[in-house]
Amino acid sequence: MMVKPKTRIPIPKRPAEERIKDFNEVAVGYTEKEAIEEASRCIQCPDKPCVAGCPVGVDIPRFIKFIREKRFEEAYKVIKERCPIPAITGRVCPQEKQCEKMCRLAKIGQSIAIGALERFVADWAEEHGIYIDKKPDQQIGKSVAVVGSGPAGIVVASDLARLGYQVTVFEALHVPGGVLVYGIPEFRLPKKIVNEELKKLKDIGVDIETGVIVGKTVTVYDLLKEFDAVFIGSGAGNPRFLNIPGEDLGRIYTANEYLTRVNLMRAYMFPAYDTPIHKGKRVAVIGGGNTAMDAARTALRLGAEEVYIVYRRTRREMPAREEEIANAEEEGVKFLFLVQPVEFLGKSKVEALKLEKMRLGEPDETGRPRPIPTGETITIDIDIAITAIGFNPNPLIPKTTPEIKTDEHGRIIVDKEARTTMPRVYAGGDIVVGEGTVIEAMGWGRTAARTIHKDLTST
Amino acid sequence: MMNFEIINRKNLTEGIVEMDVHAPRVACAARPGQFVIVMACEECERIPLTLVDWSCRGGWIRLVFQEVGVSTYKLGMMDVGERLYHVAGPLGNPTHIDKFGTVAIVAGGVAIAAAYPIARAFKEAGNTVVSFIGARNSRLLIYRDHIAKISDEVHISTDDGSEGFKGFVTQLLEKRLADGFKPDLVWVVGPAPMMRSCSVVTKRFGVKTIASLNPIMVCGMGMCGACRVRIKNEIRFTCVDGPEFDAWDVDWDELLHRLSAYREEESYALKLFLESRGIKVSR
Ligand SMILES: Cc1cc2nc3c(=O)[nH]c(=O)nc-3n(C[C@H](O)[C@H](O)[C@H](O)COP(=O)(O)OP(=O)(O)OC[C@H]3O[C@@H](n4cnc5c(N)ncnc54)[C@H](O)[C@@H]3O)c2cc1C
Ligand SMILES: Cc1cc2nc3c(=O)[nH]c(=O)nc-3n(C[C@H](O)[C@H](O)[C@H](O)COP(=O)(O)OP(=O)(O)OC[C@H]3O[C@@H](n4cnc5c(N)ncnc54)[C@H](O)[C@@H]3O)c2cc1C
Ligand code: SF4
Ligand code: SF4
Ligand code: FES
Repeated sequence: MMVKPKTRIPIPKRPAEERIKDFNEVAVGYTEKEAIEEASRCIQCPDKPCVAGCPVGVDIPRFIKFIREKRFEEAYKVIKERCPIPAITGRVCPQEKQCEKMCRLAKIGQSIAIGALERFVADWAEEHGIYIDKKPDQQIGKSVAVVGSGPAGIVVASDLARLGYQVTVFEALHVPGGVLVYGIPEFRLPKKIVNEELKKLKDIGVDIETGVIVGKTVTVYDLLKEFDAVFIGSGAGNPRFLNIPGEDLGRIYTANEYLTRVNLMRAYMFPAYDTPIHKGKRVAVIGGGNTAMDAARTALRLGAEEVYIVYRRTRREMPAREEEIANAEEEGVKFLFLVQPVEFLGKSKVEALKLEKMRLGEPDETGRPRPIPTGETITIDIDIAITAIGFNPNPLIPKTTPEIKTDEHGRIIVDKEARTTMPRVYAGGDIVVGEGTVIEAMGWGRTAARTIHKDLTST
Repeated sequence: MMNFEIINRKNLTEGIVEMDVHAPRVACAARPGQFVIVMACEECERIPLTLVDWSCRGGWIRLVFQEVGVSTYKLGMMDVGERLYHVAGPLGNPTHIDKFGTVAIVAGGVAIAAAYPIARAFKEAGNTVVSFIGARNSRLLIYRDHIAKISDEVHISTDDGSEGFKGFVTQLLEKRLADGFKPDLVWVVGPAPMMRSCSVVTKRFGVKTIASLNPIMVCGMGMCGACRVRIKNEIRFTCVDGPEFDAWDVDWDELLHRLSAYREEESYALKLFLESRGIKVSR
């Protein structure tokens, strides 16, 4: 049978000229009609190749079938069997590298917009007050401490609370959510959505205590005295530096500082909020990942006239989500490819950035072509620079708990089932993989919850 | 659970407030030399303040701060019974306390309070503690009785000569060193320019010096890099690698210019804030 595949229904977005004037969400999401139409394109492959692309194994064809039948509540329940925070993953998963990449239609036309459909269902459920998170009727009488409230910690807490564990989440910052609140901007993931998900966590009986820095306020040893098990999901929030001359000039930010000031501290509302930020007219963002895209698009929204992404390879090698690269392009971010920063110039504040031109060579250990210096340089005038060249794992907990072994990159070593080298201590998410994704961190959370349950009930 | 209620508050002198806050977890973990990140309100900045004293049994921590900008003014306006929005800590590494012999404590302005728990710990470890405290004038010499109680000697300076030596506290230290005073260690805290001159002086006399740095911070936990300083030409984060470093290794120029990064925004915000409260200050 030959069917000419219909084209994908694009997810509606606000026009670029309008959206760069504020921090409201860029994509507005499908209407019911659009969702049903998109869902109808799914050919319901019996072998479900798409599911294999999802790190938490959402039963994609089954929820899509329910959408087609207008049974949105059932669709929601299907997603929730596997993914506790679909409103978030539907928005931020790199679908083109995961579920949508494996979609059979991707080979013959355009893959189903799985992320957009997932988001539609989650938003619909929220709008219609569908609540399926319930406090379990029975407690197991065991308790677990979760360190860090990013996606990894959220899933561990949610899974274990549902099984009847008493769970306490300890978060260092004043609001829970990890990168979802301090890193990913409002225009991509409204904080309201993260708060709703966190509220559900509280509804099922999870305690969240903010302002507790494990390793400082309490140690892992203290926690082991109070709790039956400890999960560490402290993330990879330790920014790297270029280590080039001029990097300590004024107005050079790490992306984490820049994004934290804007997202967590709301510097874009200064002086109604007290935390200031330099807005700048000509901004260079160094890096090619999600963090770099977020920083660049934030700079535009703060009023910059020219924003450059400075990346040492080409567009094809950029690790950012495809959708966000396209959004950044639409919004007028300029991309400088095949250039590597060699020096920041300026007296006390940064005034220019010197770049060396690169060309692509043989693949390196990551499989991407290695950039090779050409010796030729260019200089661009800037008044703000933001470095987004990656993170190292947060060293605080391993440093204060030598029993927890790390590898040469500082990542906590775990077995396949998320056990660390210290008894009763588990870990997952970015602290284990380095820089991963939201859904990968959640996948780790799920694995850890399963292992913790197994270990605590088998003895 | 911590509720961050203010359980005591007093003005030590004009513009300097002492505040006790209910924060049992912090109080039980605190060690000399550590600090907390404080937010007075939800819209407020996260600001670092040194732990001046604490009681695990009483569940409280003591902060002493000077009203210099919006955040510290807002904090200063809060009263007993009100709750701070957020307190996180203790942060930073504790002071390395050991028996060195004679330790000179050098502190200026509001930082005299921050020096107190450290001086006390050095004393308790069996050191001879010689304190040098200085302020703009005698009224601003806070915590002098505290310092006196745990010091073997106290030397006082004021910029205007209203008490003790007339001049900067670092000049007073220099004078004593020139007179033959030979401490085994100098420990200094205060405004960055003062710490820099202290470092210059002690280097000349060859006395190892530890400085407690006070850069601008946002996260306080090693995540943002706002507090980065150059130590022996390497990037270090004050909040997790410090706050104390060997004073001779610090790139003071960098610290000073990074500290002034938001001066315009800060004074603009302060002006707006004070006007909105109908407060007039001449600065
Ligand atoms: C700007 C940015 C944009 C991104 N965009 C995307 C995207 O679009 N899609 C995607 O899939 N991924 C994206 N990522 C990656 C993704 O956010 C991370 O992989 C994911 O958040 C990792 O989750 P986690 O739970 O391991 O850690 P985190 O989200 O980092 O959370 C860790 C939490 O632990 C807390 N913590 C740390 N140390 C301690 C301690 N000692 N005690 C108590 N609490 C502690 C931290 O404050 C933090 O809240 C992005 C990352 C960044 C920085
Ligand atoms: C580890 C550490 C411990 C500290 N402990 C104390 C303490 O115990 N008591 C206390 O009063 N202050 C302390 N500080 C300084 C305190 O954090 C700042 O005074 C405060 O952040 C100022 O906030 P603001 O909004 O009121 O003023 P801002 O509007 O931010 O600044 C107003 C003025 O103060 C200056 N200023 C800003 N930050 C600092 C700073 N870090 N050091 C010196 N001057 C600054 C500015 O340049 C400006 O002139 C500490 C700082 C650090 C890093
Ligand atoms: S959770 Fe992410 S990867 Fe899985 S189906 Fe949803 S969007 Fe795709
Ligand atoms: S692979 Fe694509 S078309 Fe097939 S079931 Fe999955 S989503 Fe539907
Ligand atoms: S204040 Fe954020 S890294 Fe030190």
